[in-house]
Amino acid sequence: MPADKRLTTHAIEFPYTRTLGPVYSAFLTGMRDGQILGIKSRDGRVLCPPTEWDPNTGEGLDADFVEVGPGGVVTTWAWVTEPTSKHPVDHPFAFALIKLDGADTGLLHAVDAGSMDAMQTGMRVTARWKDERIGHITDVEAFVPEAAK
Amino acid sequence: MANDIAIVGYAQSPSWRQSELTEPQFLFPVISEAIERAGVERREIGFTCAGSCDYLSGQTFAFVMNLEAVGAWPPITESHVEMDGAWALYEAWVRLQHGDIDTALVFGSGKSSPGVPAEVYPHQMDPYTLTPLGADPVSLAALQARAMLDAGKITEREMAEIAARSRKSAIGNPYAQVTGDDDPDALLKEPYVTAPLRRHDLPPISDGACAVILATADKAKSLSKRPVWIRGIDHRIDIHQPGMRDLTESPSTRLAGKKAGVGDAKVDIAELSATFSYQEKLLCEELGLGDDVEINPSGGPLAANPVMAVGLARFAEAARQIAEHGKGRAVAHATSGQCLQQNLVAVLEGD
Repeated sequence: MPADKRLTTHAIEFPYTRTLGPVYSAFLTGMRDGQILGIKSRDGRVLCPPTEWDPNTGEGLDADFVEVGPGGVVTTWAWVTEPTSKHPVDHPFAFALIKLDGADTGLLHAVDAGSMDAMQTGMRVTARWKDERIGHITDVEAFVPEAAK
Repeated sequence: MANDIAIVGYAQSPSWRQSELTEPQFLFPVISEAIERAGVERREIGFTCAGSCDYLSGQTFAFVMNLEAVGAWPPITESHVEMDGAWALYEAWVRLQHGDIDTALVFGSGKSSPGVPAEVYPHQMDPYTLTPLGADPVSLAALQARAMLDAGKITEREMAEIAARSRKSAIGNPYAQVTGDDDPDALLKEPYVTAPLRRHDLPPISDGACAVILATADKAKSLSKRPVWIRGIDHRIDIHQPGMRDLTESPSTRLAGKKAGVGDAKVDIAELSATFSYQEKLLCEELGLGDDVEINPSGGPLAANPVMAVGLARFAEAARQIAEHGKGRAVAHATSGQCLQQNLVAVLEGD
């Protein structure tokens, strides 16, 4: 390394604010308030995470929200042995699709189960909330096996 | 009805774990070879279309640099898709339908080695519910694999057999990165990387490129003794949220396969972008490919996975089977997104 090495620091910024729209705004505001919202589709199903459009037909959905969870059932899972720096948990955990009570679709989130042996398809899990919530999907720190809550 | 378009030239780079060359540097010989094999002059090419990913390069408009490997003076007509080169081929196929030009160059390229793919790919996901969780392709594929295992649609042994067969097929493929003669039972003794996936269920991390030359019917006949005709091509997309669809099915593959005419006659070989072992079985099911169809004679993506070129390479490998190995009818498949969210299917035939 040359002695006259010069360092420069760059900050990449997006100097604007944006709205999340009628559905994600409600969903993430709900997260901040410690509640998980789904949305009713035209065929009567409850979608969580909520979407602005019916994923099957593309038609716009009314802002008809329903509180779901915080408990639910693991429908499939993957055991992450070496988490990346972008993962929500810094030790081995499961990614899972969780069908929350009252919802008809699966939410992707982390399950902090301690070990792979504690994981099973069909197991019940529940949300572990952060104390300080900011309106973000990681306001739920992770889901945990219901018995271990 | 669509006009007949044929593949008249193709070339690939080897698949490297880490190339010291820049993307334009390793594209240059690949594009030159494809053009040479087609027997055309650069000035005869009426349209150029590329597929690559600026997120992999870590720089906006990085794809413009790749044009240095094409030669863009005097000015050329070109386009780019932020997708696998297979979708660039689709755009070129559409462009050739206009009938005012007769030859197109398509290429796909990617360097995965400079970054950490598991940290780059979450950026292709929903930015509010999935990207912030760092939802990476391997974890998402593991969710899909588990869903298939739970549904009894595959076993871990079948996954190991697919991996072992792919590695064996890749022996002798000069572009392959992972080859070998493995015993599936031995593979099953390896630890999980992301359960239920083991190392052999995952594609390698690769750098590499592929290029294909397309021509309209008259031009193709004048250039090649054995043009490879694109008889059908279609691409479809499923719901983005992985929890909103049945992961043990791929309706988009089924529909694209039907629209491309896969089932209209016997298929000899298929080159499938089964980037994870279990996906091969799912794709075969949705495309109606039985045991009599040879799958991924090149070794497929489990042997070489140059992201953004790997789908176009399926076209090159399927075309090679027809042009060089006397096969009659082949299927080429490319995919994009997580858990086979988006699928492109084409049927290729000799005369």
